[in-house]
Amino acid sequence: MKKDEALIAYATRLGDNALVLAQRMIEAVTLYPELEEELANANFSLDYIGQARLFYSYAGNLEGEDRDEDDFAYLREGHEYRNVLLVEQPNGHFGDMMARQLLFESFYLPQLEGIEQCNDPGLAEIAARAVKEIRYHLRHVSQWVVRLGDGTDESHARMQQSIDDHWQFTGELFAADEIDELIAKAFNGPNLDSIRDQWHSNVATVLMEATLEKPDDTWMASGGKQGRHSEHLGFLLAEMQYLQRSHPGASW
Amino acid sequence: MITKEWPLYEVFIRSKAGLSHRHAGSIHAADDQMALDHARDTYTRRSEGISLWVVRSSEIVASDPAESAAFFEPAKDKIYRHPTFYEIPDGVENL
Repeated sequence: MKKDEALIAYATRLGDNALVLAQRMIEAVTLYPELEEELANANFSLDYIGQARLFYSYAGNLEGEDRDEDDFAYLREGHEYRNVLLVEQPNGHFGDMMARQLLFESFYLPQLEGIEQCNDPGLAEIAARAVKEIRYHLRHVSQWVVRLGDGTDESHARMQQSIDDHWQFTGELFAADEIDELIAKAFNGPNLDSIRDQWHSNVATVLMEATLEKPDDTWMASGGKQGRHSEHLGFLLAEMQYLQRSHPGASW
Repeated sequence: MITKEWPLYEVFIRSKAGLSHRHAGSIHAADDQMALDHARDTYTRRSEGISLWVVRSSEIVASDPAESAAFFEPAKDKIYRHPTFYEIPDGVENL
């Protein structure tokens, strides 16, 4: 694989993580506990859509085959999506969403900080913008995990279950493949080993404050980064892509 | 069904350095940190502010509307408290 191909694949992956999580969050937009929380999460989802647009546009430009952000979002099949499995997991209840968000953003924030320092100026610029948004999200979601974990017996038990349920999807975050290695080597990009250390330390801190147990690392699911997804992604894309598939080229 | 509502907080925003905080509205939140987050996400989405205060509505001591006559009306006929009786000397600008 050449450097440029790795860069395109890497930007697409970042876009996929952002877009799939954005779609999940917006699915739940009327289901949060209070109006204020709905506003907050709608904004977070829009932050992610903004990031996805930038990553896709960047990948499309590098590729030079005249694909724009919408082509990436609406005209690719599930197996062409390279998001991690964690972000495509169904919403479940509020605690599940907070668990998914905490585990993903504890990874995504140091990843963005690494990209910000890399020597591809285009990618670094997108990361510099996104990093501020995610830093705020993570602050918000961490508070929720603490509030629910250190809340009532009921909320504690459910929050623990949510963390346990999502734990199996965290191994994939740090499993470096050819693309990750090329980005680290050729562009001085983020190092997944050091991100794993930061992730463990942040997650452990939040869980401890939330009086929750950190699950043991046992079997870990993987495949999302290579395009092998759970069945959930197909349903998500069907809903998201429906309009463009039925009315190709439709515009407002 | 929500059987117990979160407490109400009043939100004050300072729009830029040098100005004072102004009341923007109110939000519900379960605790102080959440109140700050909700204030941020509800009232500063369009760059309205650089500083936020939130305070529980129940902590605010307010004047009683029933007493407004005693409170505010005595000031109405004291026009001499307004600086409108001074003649501005010639040559003074920016007044």
